[in-house]
Amino acid sequence: MINPHPGLPELQYVKPTSLAEASKFLAEHEGIARPFSGGTDNFVRLRDGVLKLDYLVDVKGLEGVHEISFDSKKGLTIGAAVNMNKVASNPEILRHYPNLAEAAQSVASYQLRNRATVIGNICNASPAGDTIGTCMVLGGVLRVHGIQGFRDVPLSSFFLAPGRTVLKPGDVVVSITLPVPPKGFVGTYKKLGRNIIGDLSIVGVTVMGFPSKDAPSGYQFRIALASVAPVPFEALKAEAVLSQKKITDEVITEAAESAMQAVTPIDDVRGSARYRKFMVRNLTREALTEVWKKLSK
Amino acid sequence: MNYSTITLTVNDLVETVDVPQNMTLLQMIREKLSLTGTKNGCSAGECGACTVLMNGEPVNSCMVLAAECDGAEIVTVEGLAKGGKLTQLQDAIIKSGGVQCGFCTPGMLISATALLKRNAHPTDVEIREAIVGNLCRCTGYVRIVDAIKQTAK
Repeated sequence: MINPHPGLPELQYVKPTSLAEASKFLAEHEGIARPFSGGTDNFVRLRDGVLKLDYLVDVKGLEGVHEISFDSKKGLTIGAAVNMNKVASNPEILRHYPNLAEAAQSVASYQLRNRATVIGNICNASPAGDTIGTCMVLGGVLRVHGIQGFRDVPLSSFFLAPGRTVLKPGDVVVSITLPVPPKGFVGTYKKLGRNIIGDLSIVGVTVMGFPSKDAPSGYQFRIALASVAPVPFEALKAEAVLSQKKITDEVITEAAESAMQAVTPIDDVRGSARYRKFMVRNLTREALTEVWKKLSK
Repeated sequence: MNYSTITLTVNDLVETVDVPQNMTLLQMIREKLSLTGTKNGCSAGECGACTVLMNGEPVNSCMVLAAECDGAEIVTVEGLAKGGKLTQLQDAIIKSGGVQCGFCTPGMLISATALLKRNAHPTDVEIREAIVGNLCRCTGYVRIVDAIKQTAK
């Protein structure tokens, strides 16, 4: 239910100027304070009453959150306050991580992407998060600041359930680092919405493929699926199919079937579980075929 | 209720405003500054009726806290025309019949103004992508897209 009242419930706005201050405040106000940058998820949930808070803690004044930088050894670092439009138009990202730009571009509308962030997309932990799959297949690692100081959390072990992550009271995600992608990789994000652009995903399929000497097929693939399980996840069995067998149309179909078997979707307002399952198969096949065509050229 | 005192520029005027900390930029614009051109539609970042320029970029003002806007530069639909003269885009949207009930128009104008600033010659697809966050239930969009195209020429 959307509450059309323009106001937010009564709450206080806090803008800490250091990570230590932010972590301390968040730890001392467990359950009633939450970090935010663009607010595009938090504000909607506050208005609907699903989320109840006494404090909104603005992270935009913290050190490191505005960083967006590429290093040929370390990879790409994106701070918590870097919005989606900046990600989608950054020359380094377009050059080295075009699949991430594509995923960021698929989120909602231009004006929403001026506020929405990749880190917010991740921390909101929606099963439908559009940029999560790409960050996952690229091996993203989150830089988290908590009351004990900094620690790194790989994205692959970050999600617990819809809206739930391994973050503890006092934790602020400062940035995400995506390692340098494998040489010669090709990636794509297939998003099924009710409209071609501007909608949430009914099914989201992220595929990345790259030449690999370690794989019997000569190639390795990564496949991440969104909106079809409690958390975004990688279809490991489908990935294995593609690295073991010489890649043909039949093997791509087999991998797509395997991806379909791995999902556990639900019926909701955007689509039925059955429809989602079939669309996982179809979109995975479409994405794999597209990526394979470019890889094998 | 806690208040923040913020100083910001709205349509080239510097304003200092006391705002409740849960007040959105949209509420501040309409209720504190009496600039009612900016509309409240869905309050969920979907419809774009509340779109304003914040530091040169369009945002849904229902999804921004006023308290965040200290030092910001805001342009609302009232700030587009200068010296009583409408912009080319405003002229074009009137002449092409892109206004019916008019509720989406302020947000639509802001989004399209921002588009033309970052891309002087957008394609049809780029125009439609740029206004995907501005819902219009009257026109069917064709005349709005026409107006933007005419302005871009």
